[in-house]
Amino acid sequence: MSLDLRIPMGLMFTLVGAILVAFGIATDGSQIYARSLGINVNLWWGFVLLTFGITMLLFGRRGQKQMAKLPPEPAEEVRRGHGH
Amino acid sequence: MLNLTAVDWLIMLLYFVFVLGIGIALKRYMKTSKDFFQAGRALPAWICGLAFISANLGAQEVIGMGASGAKYGLETAHFYGIGAIPAMVFVGIFMMPFYYGSKARSVPEFLRMRFDEKTRALNACSFAVMTVFSSGISMYAMARLIQALHVFDGLFYTLGWPQNGIFTFSIVLSAVIVLAYIFLGGLTSAIYNEVLQFFLIVAGFLPLVLLGLKNIGGWAGLKASVPMAYMHEWKGVAHASTNPMGIEIIGIGMGLGFVLGSGYWCTDFLVIQTAMASKNMESARRVPLIAAVPKIFFPFLVILPGLLAIGLPTPHTTTVVHNINGMIVRDTTVVPQNVEEGRGLVPAKINPVTGKPMYTASGQPLLDYDMATPNMLLHFFPTGILGLGLTALLASFMSGMAGNVTAFNTVFTYDLYQSYIHKGGSDRHYMAVGRWATVGGILLSIATAYAAINFNNIMDTLQLVFSFVNAPLFATFLLGMFWKRATGHGAFAGLISGTAAAMLHHGLTLPIEAHPGIHGGWLTVIHHYPSDMAQNFWGAIFAFGTNFLVTVVVSLATKARPESELVGLVHSLTPKPPRAHNVWWKSPEALAVAVLLMAVALNIFFY
Repeated sequence: MSLDLRIPMGLMFTLVGAILVAFGIATDGSQIYARSLGINVNLWWGFVLLTFGITMLLFGRRGQKQMAKLPPEPAEEVRRGHGH
Repeated sequence: MLNLTAVDWLIMLLYFVFVLGIGIALKRYMKTSKDFFQAGRALPAWICGLAFISANLGAQEVIGMGASGAKYGLETAHFYGIGAIPAMVFVGIFMMPFYYGSKARSVPEFLRMRFDEKTRALNACSFAVMTVFSSGISMYAMARLIQALHVFDGLFYTLGWPQNGIFTFSIVLSAVIVLAYIFLGGLTSAIYNEVLQFFLIVAGFLPLVLLGLKNIGGWAGLKASVPMAYMHEWKGVAHASTNPMGIEIIGIGMGLGFVLGSGYWCTDFLVIQTAMASKNMESARRVPLIAAVPKIFFPFLVILPGLLAIGLPTPHTTTVVHNINGMIVRDTTVVPQNVEEGRGLVPAKINPVTGKPMYTASGQPLLDYDMATPNMLLHFFPTGILGLGLTALLASFMSGMAGNVTAFNTVFTYDLYQSYIHKGGSDRHYMAVGRWATVGGILLSIATAYAAINFNNIMDTLQLVFSFVNAPLFATFLLGMFWKRATGHGAFAGLISGTAAAMLHHGLTLPIEAHPGIHGGWLTVIHHYPSDMAQNFWGAIFAFGTNFLVTVVVSLATKARPESELVGLVHSLTPKPPRAHNVWWKSPEALAVAVLLMAVALNIFFY
């Protein structure tokens, strides 16, 4: 399968992380953090997800580059129908 | 009350965009039916491994394990330590060589290769019916939860839509999304999205556990706020009366570990399909083992929120007086009666007719444990991360549904349609049938979800019937793979009589404090169990035992298949899987030992 899952997944977590960080900065010190014990969870957890997302993206990119370096795959096995 | 803002909706929307995007991106790789139904048998082990547990991480898991954690405490972790981990190791090391090596495309097809046509037909029919109903039940539970949490209330109010349309809206939304990504990308799409859902669930629930633990004062604080028995997994397990679940060690070990756990993890095509999609035998064997590693740590993620919910202080109506610049401000927080009557963050159940909290016969409020985990989300998450938490909850429902739907379309197409309705069609034809089976399966699921509204007991009844069908299954596979003398007639007779034994056991026994009927005892009551869990486990043991005995006896009385036909299907007649060129510590066996050691260590920690 030539779609590396790490790339869309990394992209999604990078975006979600970035949204949370931006929102966390914008709302820092706000009353809404009373329920999360005064911790700005959006900011902190956003950072965690952002890091995770970027790491996934980097691994995915590296995997793709390695795939490109390899000689083109040998012709796929002949796929026969599954009729019985 | 739930106040969702634009940022919450943005995160939810982003998730839906990626889910559908993955389906669309995969569409061009779907060239043959093998790509569609078996993901081309080309996926890496880690992806299949995460999908393996994610397929099981549906509503029952996230909501149910939280509820069970609130109700029984850490003893719930037995579902992992005894119920799942050993079975996952067993299927990886001993059974996967036959599933993967036989080139069977589904679990029922394996039964046809090993036994005969009628055993396959029996298993395929019952499995197809079960997957459709299970995904319907998952859909129903999700729509009910969305209603209870008022997720879409604000949206509906803004758009001027009637509030009673929320149930239908939730069902149609989830159905359309799951349908779209499976229709486009088949099993690959389902597996990719299950992996995405896995990480999302971790991302949504881990901060919840951390905040909950911090609030209650860490592990020591949690210990101080719940009854002693809740914090022990093993203490008091020797006798039924000394542990919260009311079941003793033999019932747990045999019933949960050997029969129910193995029956699920080793024979259910819903999870096995992900392992069968991996790229080679070595990977296929590694899939359940890779899955077992996060599974060991899942009690922290899904059981702990329930336990924390019980341990936290119960909210009460309070008035705080502030003095702002000489102006006296009274800040009153009104808490509904059912919340005040509850324990911790677990509210009392409300009688839907009177709107008043419900009580047991002894005057204690009846707790609505299913709300434990969702209430934790609402309690700790401010807007922003709340969107992430709710998305994780939705993702868990959808991953459970998707696994059922892909298992259904494969079994329907290969084991029913291709075998009994239309043989010898072109590959393209079967792929089209698979796509339309997906549509049909989802429509039937929707019908089930609506039936559940009108017939209150239908869900309990269905789950009861499934347990009758599933309980004896593991004996058939065990004998089939490890005893070459087992015959098709034996397997068929064993399955039928095992199911009959489960029904009979249920009809003759009753948990204490239950009325005869759906809970058992509908024939006559000859034995009382201390809890419904105990009844369930012992029923499974009887069904397994009956199936085992009947299969052996009937097999010995019927003609054995020639050994040459069983190569690759039975342990003693199959050459050992080729040792890969890997170093020893990369082998599935080494991984299995590591997983078991980790599981034992965790059990000792929770003693």
